[in-house]
Amino acid sequence: MSTLTERLDALYEFDREPVPDNKLQGAGSFIGVYAGEHVAGTEFVIGPLFVAHGVAAGDLFAGLLLGNFLAVLSWAFITAPIAVKTRLNLYWHLRKITGPRVLFVYNLINALMFCFLAGAMISVAATAVGLPFNMKMPALNDLYPNSLEWIVVVLAVGAAVTTLAILGFEKLARFSKIAAPWMFLVFVAAAVAVLPKLGVTSPGDFWKVANEKIWTGVPLAGQSKFTFWHVMFFAWFCNLAMHLGMSDMTLLRYARKWQYGFFSAFGMYLGHFVAWIASGILCAAALGEVAPGPIAYLGAGIAGAMCVVLASWTTANPTLYRAGLALQTATPDWKRWKVTLAAGVVTTIAAVFPALMMKLLDFVALYGLILMPMGAVIVADFWLLPKLGLKSNFAEWKNLPLSWPAALTWALTLSVCFWLPMEIFFKGLPGWFIAVALFVMLSYLQQQRSRR
Amino acid sequence: MKTIMKLLSFVGLAATVLPAFFVFLNQISWQTHANLMLAGAVLWFLTAPVWMRRRI
Repeated sequence: MSTLTERLDALYEFDREPVPDNKLQGAGSFIGVYAGEHVAGTEFVIGPLFVAHGVAAGDLFAGLLLGNFLAVLSWAFITAPIAVKTRLNLYWHLRKITGPRVLFVYNLINALMFCFLAGAMISVAATAVGLPFNMKMPALNDLYPNSLEWIVVVLAVGAAVTTLAILGFEKLARFSKIAAPWMFLVFVAAAVAVLPKLGVTSPGDFWKVANEKIWTGVPLAGQSKFTFWHVMFFAWFCNLAMHLGMSDMTLLRYARKWQYGFFSAFGMYLGHFVAWIASGILCAAALGEVAPGPIAYLGAGIAGAMCVVLASWTTANPTLYRAGLALQTATPDWKRWKVTLAAGVVTTIAAVFPALMMKLLDFVALYGLILMPMGAVIVADFWLLPKLGLKSNFAEWKNLPLSWPAALTWALTLSVCFWLPMEIFFKGLPGWFIAVALFVMLSYLQQQRSRR
Repeated sequence: MKTIMKLLSFVGLAATVLPAFFVFLNQISWQTHANLMLAGAVLWFLTAPVWMRRRI
């Protein structure tokens, strides 16, 4: 295990020191990053899924406004203050608290989740790439591939995405920043252009049509009914891993002030408000079709299909790269290209199953829930332990390879969360408080015992 | 040079989003809007990389 730890550390070596003052970034950088990251391929799926789940128009708008507001507050008041005080990325900060062994497991689970997320994006891109071939699109209730063409297109897209991820991450990351403003405008333009098809010919018609034809409050066959609470909690927790789960420490450690956490509002209200509403409108105009390629084409023609491919690609590539980085800890002798290739193969196989795309809401909720307890551990360790006379970063202080309070907190919180009799979208909130309480109690026991 | 590229980029963005509003107002056809969006995309991706910089 010690060699494993060394290998893991070596991967993140260049990031080991706190960010120096001369590397801090101004407000504009954060506005750009947040707006870019949250206008992505997933937005083409989430809006239509709300329509399919029969959200009513009033519930959608109110739920998105409040849920996104709570997400912004989470970034500003939970993630950013710790990020600017420590100036460390998630990896190095968590290592001090949990010890390298827990972190190793965390990394592997994270890698697997990244593969599935990238897989969903490959499925999304395939719905656009398949358009010229008249490919039969997967339907809302399809869990398995519905045609040979689908499998072939997904494999081709997966191969292309993996190859590009192997060839160079930096250039792709830059490209994704360039694509972001254009992609946002494609969402807006596509939705505006189909409004007349739905019967909206003046702004005054919108609310009536929204209630009667778009967010009707009636779920499609086989779908559960979503209420205001579903929308609000989904909007708040779809990035649970990033805010309450603290993975955006890695980004916000570059912020001059903790108040820069509020710039997440640009991502939330452009991507998770405007873009979700736009893709919902497109879905209704396509008479309930949810496959992103056809609905974007309906609104914006070739540029719409291009946007689906680029939005998915720019999300899938960094995700695949991060998965490769995390997986490399388990495959020490493999070069980066080989690890990325392995992650790409897993991702592409997952993408063949449209279930990943059609159940994206559940998957995103599960992803956040699984990583959230470690964020709660960071918060409890940073703010609460010193106030209770306990030592923060105990694993580092004692040079422990594993913090059993952190490991137990993670396992017990997830066990309780999965047992809680409520839908997955709601479990993150009680789960976070359970994790905080458990970590404080278990740390108290651990540190009392070590004093004896 | 950079200023010209920036200007062209913004023309590209305008060509992406404005035609949709003309479709909404029934001033142009959907096909014209789709063609203009494609032209806007080409213009944006040719010119924006020249002046856009990534800092984080």
